[in-house]
Amino acid sequence: MTPAIELRGVTKRFLTPSGGVYTALRDLHMTVDPGEFCAVVGPTGCGKSTTLGLISGLEPPSEGEVEVLGKPVNGIADGIGYVFQSDAVFPWKTVLENVAAGPRYRGASNRDARERARDWISRVGLSGFEDRYPYQLSGGMRKRVALAQSLINGPRILLMDEPFSALDVQTRSLMENELLGLWSASSASVVFITHDLEEAISLGDRVFVMTAGPGTMKSNYKIDLPRPRNVAEIRFQPHFAEIYEEIWKDLRDEVLVSYERQKRGAA
Amino acid sequence: MSRPQEQAARPVVDLAARRRQQARRRQVSVQLLRLAVAVIVLGGWELGARSGVIDKFFWSQPSDIATTLWHWVKDGTDLGPLWDQVLTTLEETVGGFVVGSILGVVLGVILGRNRLLSDVMGPYIKAANAIPRVVVGALFAISLGLDIRSKIATAAVLVFFVVFFNAFQGVREVDRNLVANARILGADGRRLTTEVIIPSALSWIIASLHTSFGLALVGAVVGELFGATAGVGELIYSAKNNFDAAGVFAGMALLAAMALVAEALITALEDRLIRWRPPVATETRI
Ligand SMILES: Nc1ncnc2c1ncn2[C@@H]1O[C@H](COP(=O)(O)OP(=O)(O)OP(=O)(O)O)[C@@H](O)[C@H]1O
Ligand SMILES: [Mg+2]
Repeated sequence: MTPAIELRGVTKRFLTPSGGVYTALRDLHMTVDPGEFCAVVGPTGCGKSTTLGLISGLEPPSEGEVEVLGKPVNGIADGIGYVFQSDAVFPWKTVLENVAAGPRYRGASNRDARERARDWISRVGLSGFEDRYPYQLSGGMRKRVALAQSLINGPRILLMDEPFSALDVQTRSLMENELLGLWSASSASVVFITHDLEEAISLGDRVFVMTAGPGTMKSNYKIDLPRPRNVAEIRFQPHFAEIYEEIWKDLRDEVLVSYERQKRGAA
Repeated sequence: MSRPQEQAARPVVDLAARRRQQARRRQVSVQLLRLAVAVIVLGGWELGARSGVIDKFFWSQPSDIATTLWHWVKDGTDLGPLWDQVLTTLEETVGGFVVGSILGVVLGVILGRNRLLSDVMGPYIKAANAIPRVVVGALFAISLGLDIRSKIATAAVLVFFVVFFNAFQGVREVDRNLVANARILGADGRRLTTEVIIPSALSWIIASLHTSFGLALVGAVVGELFGATAGVGELIYSAKNNFDAAGVFAGMALLAAMALVAEALITALEDRLIRWRPPVATETRI
């Protein structure tokens, strides 16, 4: 079985404004199976978003190979959905136009695109807001627009960069459940970045832990919690606590390293 | 038992009503103060001229200017009916404005999208921009003749640079996240330009249109000064030759009126095109 995503020995360097070279990722290996829901945790600045950038094809790696659906990535591949860390809905488009953008770019007729967009807008619970502009929505509503905007294209690979981190706890677990429902109805492979280990465990089939920057994969854990899951309840299972403890021991060291480094950098 | 509830509800209603009332009152006082400024300036001018503090010969006086304007409206100007002069200048201005804006937007977007081209052309454009541009009016008067084309060309040159630099900057300032998102969603190069780059640059471009209509007017009038048979600029020019200060001021008043009407039209256009932007407080707008 060819993996949905495979990164082999990937290194990514950036030129800093002062002319130096900054290594964001170093010799990173990662494999995601078809249909798998992977969560990635790691300290801030360790290169999580950079990793998604490489998978999406927006950025080329400096070294190593990136393969998506069995093909080497060279530019933006088909079948990718990407929910960005920062707001990326188009401020000059209404909710409807935002969600309809993908199908339109991919050659659907205007009418067809709008029809499908309406369907997705109601699936993410935004019916009645079709004609609003993003500035007239709350942060959580904008995230839902972004989600619908990605999912409407039926991506085979869905990349999500801390999509729910700005939401309150209740809305968040509602949307997490929603996402799991949508995902299980599709055959998409998901890479879900979060800095919340609880979220990672309750959503994922597998949790990757990254080291402090320059980031590389430290370890990965198969999460054998049964599906379908209810994220609001699953965290109270005893087995959840066991898994949490095991991964947290791993993650904590990296968070500490990163924290110490930043403190020293600031001093 | 219902009392406390009533009391809780009332302040909210009162507050909203009071806010509205305050806003209305403010609006009225702004209008009154505006009127007061006009009365003081024009009245002071008139009084100064009548009492001899201000030399009427050079600086005229509001009543003379009004008389001249009325005379122009009623009997026409030395160059023909007033309406024809206004229309001539308007045609030149709008022509230059349209040509200059379109060229500015198109070239601004092209150079903004193409780094090599902008690196190559950058110094030349900066050099061209550094020249006092009204002098090209003289060049156009020679090369294009004294008809409308030389005025449109002069106005277009003035407009072009302002719009060009704004469009260019607007394209450069595009949020990279939005570009990335559009590419992921499947936008090709053309779609990227029309659906992301241009809308995003539009607020910059439209901001420049406010200034550039005024510049188009300058271009048209300067063009007329270099030689014309009609137009408000020519009207001013011939008034100047007759040492008719009131005529010069009357011409200026006409230009100001044209600029104000255009400004209102551009603001309306802006509100239509940039509906997606959170509304700015109208009071901050002058
Ligand atoms: N375009 C860039 N140029 C230079 N350095 C960059 C660039 N993009 C990212 N970096 C650096 O690479 C490192 C990793 O960035 P990245 O955005 O991937 O972190 P992250 O793990 O997503 O962090 P967070 O959890 O805070 O979002 C950071 O130190 C960042 O400063
Ligand atoms: Mg990030």
